[in-house]
Amino acid sequence: MPHVVSARDFVPYAVETQSVTRVFKGGDRPVKALDQVSVSIEEGEIFGLLGPNGAGKTTLIKILTTLLLPTGGDAYVGGFNVVKEAHKVRQVISLVSGGETPGYGILSTSENLWFFSQLYGLPSSAAKAEIKRLMADLEFDEYEKTRMSKLSTGYKQRLNLARGLLNNPKILFLDEPTLGLDVLTGKKLRGYIVDWAKREKKGTALLTTHYMAEADEMCDRVAIIDRGRILACDSPLKLKQKLQENVIIKVEVSSVQADFSFAQEMKGVIGYSQTRSIQTDTTSFKVMVTEEKVFSDVLSKLEKQDLKILAVNKAEPTLEDVYISLVGRGFEAGEGANHA
Amino acid sequence: MVIPVITLSAYIFLYKMVKAPPEYAGFVIIGGTMMAFWMNVLWNMSAQFYWEKEVGNLEVYLVAPISRMAILLGMAIGGFVNTALRALAIFVVGILIFQVPMAIYEPLTALLIFFLTIGALYALGMMFASLFMLYGREAWHTANLLQEPIQFISGTYFPTTSQVVPHMVQLLSSLIPLTFGLDGIRKVAILGQGVGDVWLNIVALAAFIVILLPIARAALGFMENLGKKEGRLTLRWQ
Repeated sequence: MPHVVSARDFVPYAVETQSVTRVFKGGDRPVKALDQVSVSIEEGEIFGLLGPNGAGKTTLIKILTTLLLPTGGDAYVGGFNVVKEAHKVRQVISLVSGGETPGYGILSTSENLWFFSQLYGLPSSAAKAEIKRLMADLEFDEYEKTRMSKLSTGYKQRLNLARGLLNNPKILFLDEPTLGLDVLTGKKLRGYIVDWAKREKKGTALLTTHYMAEADEMCDRVAIIDRGRILACDSPLKLKQKLQENVIIKVEVSSVQADFSFAQEMKGVIGYSQTRSIQTDTTSFKVMVTEEKVFSDVLSKLEKQDLKILAVNKAEPTLEDVYISLVGRGFEAGEGANHA
Repeated sequence: MVIPVITLSAYIFLYKMVKAPPEYAGFVIIGGTMMAFWMNVLWNMSAQFYWEKEVGNLEVYLVAPISRMAILLGMAIGGFVNTALRALAIFVVGILIFQVPMAIYEPLTALLIFFLTIGALYALGMMFASLFMLYGREAWHTANLLQEPIQFISGTYFPTTSQVVPHMVQLLSSLIPLTFGLDGIRKVAILGQGVGDVWLNIVALAAFIVILLPIARAALGFMENLGKKEGRLTLRWQ
């Protein structure tokens, strides 16, 4: 039977990795940061890479933005091979890293943006118009003449995002873009990125984050990554739907010293996470079980620890629960719950 | 600017005490002026990519579709313009304080040698920049180690072509573009010589540029690739 050539064959993925592996040497032993990672991202998609610190998210972004060579496998961005056609890849991408402030403190915000626009060869007048528009859209045009060193973290990150959009990239890489930002600024930037992708129609964004809500709110599809391996990849809704058969219960107890490690050994417990709050001297314990009957066993174990149970709530599945169901644990304390 | 002028004064008084030829004061001033550029090359130009990495700008540069040599060239021009003001001030103050007579009969030759020296020095700086990019701390120590010997060998404050300078030092000094630049500028600006007397300097400086620029480009490409391979290209505090 002859091979039927479909339109799909002619349209490259915006981003595609085929068994990408990256091993770092130099320490006591080699570290496999990425292990056979294969993902395909369509044009116009906002794709999230969700995982804890050290999962391999930034390593993958660095390979895709030509800053790092893979040890094995192939990666394509905009249809170009990231190793052999790095220069072509750079023409269609931009990278925005959270917690970073590229630029020069002595220059004003608009001067910094103009400087970076020149790295992409934008005509000066067109660059100035684009800078004005981006600053107005991201609501920091009042700081046009302010030195970058005088800006707050939130405004620096607006500047960083504006810089990333200056060259009108086809594919935008966002590495923890809302890291360390306050809730309102984080929300503002997330909204802007989603609007950008819609406005550009084929504007693709690859976002790494360890904020569950961020991935849930922004992404069309999410890949959950842990220890360099992709564990699941689907839309946030579908990932969560897969957990509908399970029961997720959140318990708040009265001590920051509470120990839930007993849950690891219990039959019927799929996984759990915990978040401690030193301010309120409480611990939140989220457990995923196969059926409600298992939870009553968990509860009786908790009671034996002389802990005061403050609240028990049945919870709807979140992406964190998807992660828990896949690896049996949550992100490290404080991280998973620290939603911007 | 005060410290270089104090250093110049020390050498000039010393030469006066030992009754050195009067043109030696001019040699010292030219040496002090060019030293400003050499210091800029060694500590600013060479370390430029290293500092850009530390503040997070290198990542942005490397993701942009721009030639790395173009970035370095821009940094070299910026460094030169910044230093030129300081160097000019050292030169003018030195000339005025010590009343050094200048004898420039061929200003175009003087300018040619000056700009060839600058070109060769910054080409050397561009080559160092790639080393600093990956081996920041180690390269920093090496530059520190080289600062005084190069200052001595290149004859910043005395002419290496002098009879009293050992042949070995003269031989070593011929490997440094600053030596040919200083010697050429001194000849055309202080001793009143012309292009016929400094053609060897011109050829040597041009050769340094022609050789160093491709080496700088290759070194940058090699270091960038090595950094991507080892994962140290944008890794900080190393």
